[in-house]
Amino acid sequence: MSTATAPAAASGATTTLTMAQALNTALRDAMREDPTVLVMGEDVGTLGGVFRITDGLAAEFGADRCLDTPLAEAGILGSAVGMAMYGLRPVVELQFDAFAYPAFEQLLSHVAKMRNRTAGRLPLPITIRIPYGGGIGGVEHHSDSSEAYYAHTPGLHVLTPATVADGYGMLRAAIASDDPVVFLEPKRLYWSKDEIAPGPVEPIGRAVVRRQGTSATLLTYGPSLPVCLEAAEAAKAEGWDLAVVDLRSLTPFDDETVTAAVRATGRAVVVHEATGFGGPGAEIAARVTERCFHHLAAPVLRVTGFDIPYPPPMLERHHLPGVDRILDAVARLQWEQ
Amino acid sequence: MTVESTAGTATAAVPELVQLLTPEGERVEHPRFSLETTPEELRSIYRDLVLVRRFDGEATALQRQGELGLWASLLGQEAAQVGSGRAQRPGDWAFPTYREHGVAWCKGVDPLNLLGMFRGVNHGGWDPYEKNFQLYTIVIGSQTLHATGYAMGITKDGTDDAVVAYFGDGASSQGDVNEAFTFASVYNAPVVFFCQNNQWAISEPTERQTRVPLYQRAAGFGFPGVRVDGNDVLACLAVTRWALERARNGEGPTLIEAFTYRMGAHTTSDDPTRYRIADELEEWKLKDPIERVKAYLVHEEWADQEFFDAVDAESEQLARRVREGVRNMPDPDPTSIFENVYAEGHALVDEERAEYVAYAASFDGSEEVGEGR
Repeated sequence: MSTATAPAAASGATTTLTMAQALNTALRDAMREDPTVLVMGEDVGTLGGVFRITDGLAAEFGADRCLDTPLAEAGILGSAVGMAMYGLRPVVELQFDAFAYPAFEQLLSHVAKMRNRTAGRLPLPITIRIPYGGGIGGVEHHSDSSEAYYAHTPGLHVLTPATVADGYGMLRAAIASDDPVVFLEPKRLYWSKDEIAPGPVEPIGRAVVRRQGTSATLLTYGPSLPVCLEAAEAAKAEGWDLAVVDLRSLTPFDDETVTAAVRATGRAVVVHEATGFGGPGAEIAARVTERCFHHLAAPVLRVTGFDIPYPPPMLERHHLPGVDRILDAVARLQWEQ
Repeated sequence: MTVESTAGTATAAVPELVQLLTPEGERVEHPRFSLETTPEELRSIYRDLVLVRRFDGEATALQRQGELGLWASLLGQEAAQVGSGRAQRPGDWAFPTYREHGVAWCKGVDPLNLLGMFRGVNHGGWDPYEKNFQLYTIVIGSQTLHATGYAMGITKDGTDDAVVAYFGDGASSQGDVNEAFTFASVYNAPVVFFCQNNQWAISEPTERQTRVPLYQRAAGFGFPGVRVDGNDVLACLAVTRWALERARNGEGPTLIEAFTYRMGAHTTSDDPTRYRIADELEEWKLKDPIERVKAYLVHEEWADQEFFDAVDAESEQLARRVREGVRNMPDPDPTSIFENVYAEGHALVDEERAEYVAYAASFDGSEEVGEGR
């Protein structure tokens, strides 16, 4: 696991960055520290990526460590498999959530299984960065929340940062991991700003309680975290003191933190943009129910994207979980008992 | 564009094959691909061909006897595999399909190791790094991208190792294979795409995959394509060596189409009598890859009956070892299924393992622990 520290550590001061800059810094620091780390994807070189996450990397590290690839996602991930076999540590960018699907076969049948099928002889330390989620008015195929597909696949870690600091720390941890990591970047949080404090990078797999509360617990991750925090603020007016848990990692899943946070309030709502049926919320609700049944005052509820194809930009606000839908769910947590 | 074709156009009725040894065992010269062989080397090639065919046949028999769940026979493709396998140096990597038993043999992988996955005890029992031979890939064509990526890695270090990516006529239709061609071409990767066109993708003839000879596909990607007599071990050896030399010299990828024939079923689960006629098989029997080498050795008086008898005896010995080895393969430990899912512990998997171990141990002995009920 990584011994890396946050970028401001050297100076001992905090730095204010956007999440995009934090991710960029994480890539740069990883490439500086480890010559086997390389970045590859469509438009990641000269352009610096369509979201500029790889900005300046080609200039600093050269075209053979920041590869502009042909437009073929299976090709990108499949050749990354071979590079990892060779001893490299590729960080792959798949440009948009729904553009990652052509690489699905390589991801599920090869990347996820290689360690297991080779009895541990052939690990694949590949990080697959995918901008995901909606809320930016993207045209069709630019707003999918595809995390359930990946979380359903043994052999992969599935991480998603929701804060600027996690953008840096979790990406460093993902790159340092000897397992393949699907690193889902909430694209609508790319421009969020925050301070990064110096400190060691945490290992992956731990959830964090972002807001303490006593009435009910919101379980969320990625792009829905700020929405849940906003809902928790608004809930005060209704007399509810909501806790908010940022899961950060869908697999490994931090049952310990989640269980403790739900038992503390006895009520839970899972919030995510992905469609509900067979989504992460279904798994989380089941796990919470299995572990907290006698602590629960109400069924675990879910506020998710509807079970429909992602709607056109003008309508996406109806589809995405918002403050009101979250508060409406909280109101249905059988308070009158 | 300097695409080197050995045949004229797509409409040529019978594209010219690179051939150095005719089906009758006559040594012929080719203007572009020459090969020096010593009598000793030829005898060694013959031995490889016979031993590979023998253990392949034994594996088919073992499947019929219920010792293996499945077997994908290489019968008929020995020359393509031994020729291309022997062309490689130890530092070169091979990325096989599930039928490259002859390549495995040439790379030094013990045949017994190949049989574990077909018996069902593992997903491939050898260490890919030990002989630079990746595990078998069953998904059609995926490994060509792995091979290309590995070759791109070699480029970074500038060594003169190279990679051979194996695939078949069916795989030539896969997106992954065509993406591998693109990546290898634009990054000038030191990879040889070795396509064994055995004429059949389970039940579909090559005509269902392509309207041009497969080797001509290379032209569109900007590298040479060569069609070689896949039943001529010398031609396969010479052409693969040439392609590997190109790769080592920084001249990029090559596509080799080894024109051969799958004499057996796709796998032991297949029944080829449902889709192809016996005449075809009879025709290809006359082009047998081993008989022609034997005829050549006899004609040149480079091998006597004693030699052939010794090779036969050795092949029987190998078959016996394979048979006994398979039968004695230990059943895998049930809890091993939870291993190597992740590098370090993983809460979910660890929890499930602990639960299953406790569950299995809860039986009172009237049932075997780990029976899986």
